[in-house]
Amino acid sequence: MNDNLVYIKSFASPDVDRREVLRYAGVRESTEEVDLMLDECIKEAEKVLSYKACYRIYDIGVYDGELDLGFARVVSRSLLKSLDGCKRIIVFCATVGVGIDRLIAKYTALSPAKAVMLQALGSERVEALCDSFCTEIASELEENGGTCTRRFSPGYGDLPLDIQREVFSSLECTKRIGVSLGDNLFMTPTKSVTAIIGIKM
Amino acid sequence: MKITDFIKKNVVILDGGMGTLLQAKGLMPGELPETWNIIHPDIVSDIHKQYLDAGSNVISTNTFGANRLKFSSEELEAIIAAAVENARRAVESCEDNRPRWVALDIGPTGKMLKPLGDLDFEDAVSVFAEIVRLGVRSGVDLIFIETMSDSYETKAALLAAKENSSLPVFVSNAYGEDGKLMTGATPAAMVALLEGMGADAIGVNCSLGPKALMPVVEEYLKYSSTPLILKPNAGLPSVLNGETVYSLSAEQFAKEVSLAVSLGVNIIGGCCGTTPEYIAALKEKTKDVIPKPIEKKKIKLVSSYTRAVAFGQRPVLIGERINPTGKPRFREALLRWDIDYLLREAIGEEDAGADILDVNVGVPGICEAELLPQVISRIQEVTDLPLQIDTADPVAMERALRLYNGKPMINSVNGKAESMAAIFPLVKKYGGAVVCLTLDEKGIPKTAEERLAIAQKILVEADKYGIGPENLIFDTLAMAVSADKNAAKETLSGIKLISDTMSCDTILGISNVSFGLPNRDMLNASFFTLALANGLTAAIINPHSTPIMEAYRSYLALSGLDYNFEGFISLATKQEKAEDIAVIDLKRAIIKGLRDRARAITTELIKSKSSLDIINENIIPALDEVGVGYEKRKIFLPGLLMSAEAAGAAFEVIKSVAGADDKATKCTVVLATVKGDIHDIGKNIIKLILENYGFAVVDLGKDVSPEDILSEVLRLDAKIVGLSALMTTTLPAMEETVRLIRESAPSCRIMVGGAVLNEEYAAQIGADFYGRDAMEAVRFAEEVNQT
Repeated sequence: MNDNLVYIKSFASPDVDRREVLRYAGVRESTEEVDLMLDECIKEAEKVLSYKACYRIYDIGVYDGELDLGFARVVSRSLLKSLDGCKRIIVFCATVGVGIDRLIAKYTALSPAKAVMLQALGSERVEALCDSFCTEIASELEENGGTCTRRFSPGYGDLPLDIQREVFSSLECTKRIGVSLGDNLFMTPTKSVTAIIGIKM
Repeated sequence: MKITDFIKKNVVILDGGMGTLLQAKGLMPGELPETWNIIHPDIVSDIHKQYLDAGSNVISTNTFGANRLKFSSEELEAIIAAAVENARRAVESCEDNRPRWVALDIGPTGKMLKPLGDLDFEDAVSVFAEIVRLGVRSGVDLIFIETMSDSYETKAALLAAKENSSLPVFVSNAYGEDGKLMTGATPAAMVALLEGMGADAIGVNCSLGPKALMPVVEEYLKYSSTPLILKPNAGLPSVLNGETVYSLSAEQFAKEVSLAVSLGVNIIGGCCGTTPEYIAALKEKTKDVIPKPIEKKKIKLVSSYTRAVAFGQRPVLIGERINPTGKPRFREALLRWDIDYLLREAIGEEDAGADILDVNVGVPGICEAELLPQVISRIQEVTDLPLQIDTADPVAMERALRLYNGKPMINSVNGKAESMAAIFPLVKKYGGAVVCLTLDEKGIPKTAEERLAIAQKILVEADKYGIGPENLIFDTLAMAVSADKNAAKETLSGIKLISDTMSCDTILGISNVSFGLPNRDMLNASFFTLALANGLTAAIINPHSTPIMEAYRSYLALSGLDYNFEGFISLATKQEKAEDIAVIDLKRAIIKGLRDRARAITTELIKSKSSLDIINENIIPALDEVGVGYEKRKIFLPGLLMSAEAAGAAFEVIKSVAGADDKATKCTVVLATVKGDIHDIGKNIIKLILENYGFAVVDLGKDVSPEDILSEVLRLDAKIVGLSALMTTTLPAMEETVRLIRESAPSCRIMVGGAVLNEEYAAQIGADFYGRDAMEAVRFAEEVNQT
């Protein structure tokens, strides 16, 4: 049974992991000045960040080595391995919104230092959002005696990035949470993630 | 009967959801619903018929996603023809002759427009234009643009509809829970944009249930003078026993929507989760309702892609700084197409408190028609303040208006027949609030009364184009009081006359009054206060001027326009940031990456030290130290860039003192991100660092074609070109660029960089050098410079 429904969830801002942001920015050892600049970036970004995800549930099956995900068929050994023992999956798209892209564009012209830091912050934010999403899904499953696998994104292992097209038409990400897919398979807003998690009951 | 006449006296019932009903008939997930127009025409036509029987006056064709990004042009042609035929057949099978119309349904492309995404604005216009032309050919009665979640894409669709048909156009947007579009536009901003361009009905659909959309509907009711649409979902969806159900019953839905009707919405229907049952309930609930007449709001609105500025509440401040008049540094930046310089001005004015920014790039020797639209687009990337497009060139004006995301101010039209004939059609087509200068063929009249007469003439002429006073703002022309002692008096009484007798908005370029006098801000501030007291609604000013901002804040406080005196107190108690310039020298400031500090120290230092000495003794040693630290992995990218920015601030001070001819000493480097690639942080980093090291950098921007790069390399006789690419898909464009330059400019050295490149690939495509990071690029450029 496949739900026809795309669910939408909003999240509160997860705590910022500063070390992780600095790591994304390529900073191994920070200074007082770099720390202050990061503070400014966080303050400015907080005003424009939003945390949203949409997802859909599918029954899956394997036919002649081909994985039927309910919205697409693929051959991918690594995804197959990740979904070992699962009969259903959740496919989701999460985004921290278009505001951070606008800030990055603004500072690309005005202060490349801030642009680099905001890029890093955006990456940390969307990963933190995915963590929040997966934690919430896991605890919902737990109530029903289930568990879930780690998230697996298009482009990981041998799962082709092309599958983004099917993910997008299945979730209608543009309509649901404002994420669209470019010809080159890049997403806008750029700080967005799509992934699949397996459900074990 | 025309739908536009029917709206005036009747509640118009649209249809409900299509997708859900098709799924119930067997449409599979992932299958494109538009194809069912051809493979199951009877099912589609039957759904239309059910809605007509339920009471719909307007049914929308099953063409939501029918566009050339999803279908070939043959498929598209067949789908739209079949879709219109299916709808038309349903209408014709109705037995009574109640008025019914077929709307061509147009949904979003599913792509994000540039600069955020990769779809070009004009390409979006052409995607929509094709749909409109096919719909018109098949004989639809109106065009319904719906579920749009981005202001720019909405503008593209409406423009395409207007340019390719004379049919009525309805436009409906999808708002999130925060009451804004996905890309940030408020309802007021959308009202400004859509009314400005002449949509026949505007409103809201999808995303939420009627109650949750009410705050958005109320904003529309507040600002709009156009018939309003409400087409919400049947509440929120959930899954019950494997079936999707929506939280509102048909009865509840109809009750909530009819509430909006009682407030003034008169075009209603349903979106996701609604069925003919819901539409029948709506029809029943509103059958005896006579809609409220639509009030003319008389609110002047201008907008950007996120926000609207309303006139007539507190006087509006328009920043004047993006203008080359009297600014050699600015002229030089324009001649070098150094748009980043203008962007810094824009942000500076926003931070200083401007509501709107005037944008003027008119310099002899510059093609405004090419530069102005680019500058407008770039400024819209860094600020969401509405802009005032300021040019005397009608071609530049039209191109800028077309690309502008929102409803701009237009500067300007005047009482000359020629001016009005050139500008008013543009105002009508693209929307805008236009500054009307009270001068005509005979020049600037001496008296206030004569200027009033010109204002009245302009008002009458605008009306012939269908442009009302809510889109006009009159300028009684501030003139140099030093040339005529009565000049200011006449200007001010002109403001009062127009405010009192015409009840129209007024504007002045304040600074002109003090031309030729010392301490100009002193006079400007008093003139500004007098003008405000005479009823001025907007002023073009320098927001960095302390006397001007003090005059403004004081006026607001004295006129009851400053709630709790918050604005006044905040300005009155503002402490100038004391820059502690004694304890740290310029070299340290740069190494630590303290931009403001470096600027302040240099400003002091240049009073006693030559610019060359500052560069050689303070700046270069600092940059060297940071560069070495970076190469030894002691300093990391953000630190390197902060230092470079601090050095850049110091150089900017030196340039402003030494004048525009203080040219860089090293060779010219042309930089560009190659065709198709819109990622430019890397390129901007290289630019910043190379400039620090004294290279004359010409930045061509992102997504630049091989031909354009070559022609600039040749024009400037550049010794070095730097190309950047981030995506594998744009590597062929890089290769092609390298090939072209090799062929036509063999002496130019080519360096390349970007995430997807490496030394091996760089050599393979024929580049001279692969730069892993900014410092490597500098070392290479230094080497070339010395040969």
